[in-house]
Amino acid sequence: MRKLVAVYAAEMKFAVANQMQYRWAAFFQLIGFLIEPVVYLVVWRTVAESGGPIGGYGVAEFTSYYIVWTLVRNMNLALAPGSWDYWIQSGRISNDLMHPVPIFHRQLAAFAGFKFVWIFLWFPVAAGLSLIFKPDLSPTLLQGLVFFVAIWLGYLIRFSLLFLMGLVSFWTTRAQALIEIVIGAELLLSGRLVPLAVMPDWVERLAGWLPFQWTFQYPIEVLIGQLDTEEIFVGLGTQFLWGGILIGAIVVTWRSAIKRYTAVGS
Amino acid sequence: MPTIDVRGLRKVFKVPVRETGLRNSFRSLFHREHRMVEAVKGVDFSLEPGEIVGFLGPNGAGKTTTLKMLSGLLYPDGGEALVLGFRPERREAEFLRRVALIMGNRNSLQWDLPVADSLELRRAIYEVDRSDFEKRKDAYVELLDVGELVTKPVRNLSLGERMKVEILASLLPHPQVLFLDEPTIGLDITMQKRIREFVAAYAADTGASVLLTSHYMADVTALAERVIVIHQGNILFDGDLAGLSDRFTAHKTIAVAVSGELGSLESMGRVVEQDTFKAVLEVARDEVAAVAARLLAENAVIDLSIEDPPIEDVIEKAFAIGDAQEAERAEETQQ
Repeated sequence: MRKLVAVYAAEMKFAVANQMQYRWAAFFQLIGFLIEPVVYLVVWRTVAESGGPIGGYGVAEFTSYYIVWTLVRNMNLALAPGSWDYWIQSGRISNDLMHPVPIFHRQLAAFAGFKFVWIFLWFPVAAGLSLIFKPDLSPTLLQGLVFFVAIWLGYLIRFSLLFLMGLVSFWTTRAQALIEIVIGAELLLSGRLVPLAVMPDWVERLAGWLPFQWTFQYPIEVLIGQLDTEEIFVGLGTQFLWGGILIGAIVVTWRSAIKRYTAVGS
Repeated sequence: MPTIDVRGLRKVFKVPVRETGLRNSFRSLFHREHRMVEAVKGVDFSLEPGEIVGFLGPNGAGKTTTLKMLSGLLYPDGGEALVLGFRPERREAEFLRRVALIMGNRNSLQWDLPVADSLELRRAIYEVDRSDFEKRKDAYVELLDVGELVTKPVRNLSLGERMKVEILASLLPHPQVLFLDEPTIGLDITMQKRIREFVAAYAADTGASVLLTSHYMADVTALAERVIVIHQGNILFDGDLAGLSDRFTAHKTIAVAVSGELGSLESMGRVVEQDTFKAVLEVARDEVAAVAARLLAENAVIDLSIEDPPIEDVIEKAFAIGDAQEAERAEETQQ
């Protein structure tokens, strides 16, 4: 375990160095990411201002929700599953397969490392957004602590889900169509587009059976005070459960996937 | 105990087949056809600790597929391989820590960062002790003459420079088995020589076993005393490099230079080239002694040398024989 921690530390350090190499590209990428929540924020604030609160969300709640959204989005960014197509087709993955540490750990650590740079760059942008929109955020110590754990668990769940989808590329090198469906479902059912409380009941019920909301909405709602203590701990337990299910699925799928690798192109 | 022990190793690839044209394209929506290609047809061989073996074959012969099965990249479809006592297809961490697969013209280092950063990461991944790492790094940097390169980003290195640092990075964890797949491809003569010398020094120093594929015969003759020739998935030859000529060529080359005028040599063998004072003859192996004696007796010989044909010619001959054998086998199967 100590050795694995050393590998994680080295990979994260390496990822930070890599991101710093292109700090301006990272900064502009971040600005690009922020366009999405700012659009949602402006639209939903306008709706709430004219029509009153929807599903428990008024102007203040929407504002807090989308400001925290920007941090959560940075935290749960993970590898693009479409990259696997290229890695497999080009044979680039052969290099990584020859290392004694599984690709899952190396990629998980690398993307965790990237976050330190992204969050460093996010601070001034978040400060700017807060000055403009003035969110009402006053989390308790418990909410703050759980939020810290929840955003990392959310990252683990989203990373594992995307990794699992990437493994489909061992069966077909045109996995992109499937990936698009999952990403579309995530947009609707995670709370990324809009809090699930604003959606119809059946959508909320459907989302309850899927992992998406535990990567987006749950950590946000913890910090903005939308959940009571019981809901906070049930949510945390559900995150652990989804993490376990997805990692288990990866272990099983990987065993078959790796047997199908033809290492062509390398 | 052999470092590598291969028994009946097989690999079959399922390859999609489709005729050209829109009609066939539409038909393939409902019915896909495949062909099974047996890339490696049950090969057997073994390598002892410290042995450097050349693994030769034309393109598509099955050499890289075999190397990839032995390094754990490809899952075999039959037979068994043991490398350092491990089954490669199980891809255990301890196995991967002790083998290295180096492919020419391939980049495994981080493109944007200085080489030293990638080396440091590798140290952590392979759990190399800090002091061992520093000692090895210093020694290899000097041997490969890459002192100035390790602080440069990989993207700023030439192909040859990149290959040198790739090899340096791969050998830092001290693998006991090296699979080298065309390690000098695309490199100039000086760079090829430097890499050959480094690999030879590494193997001598650590006792590592090396299985090397290369289309440059200079790599093979400089490093390997033993060669395995694979052709269309079958092993054609496994033995000393010197024995390769005996097995596949029935002749030797005699070069002779005289002070007087050379007479007709037609009766002694095939005349490859001849002018007034010198000639090159291709002579059947069992007649070499007699022909040499005749040349010495009948001419005022200044110089006479007897050589095996160039290794490239021997290999070409071996592949041609392999083709003929394969055609025979196919014919027998059809009957």
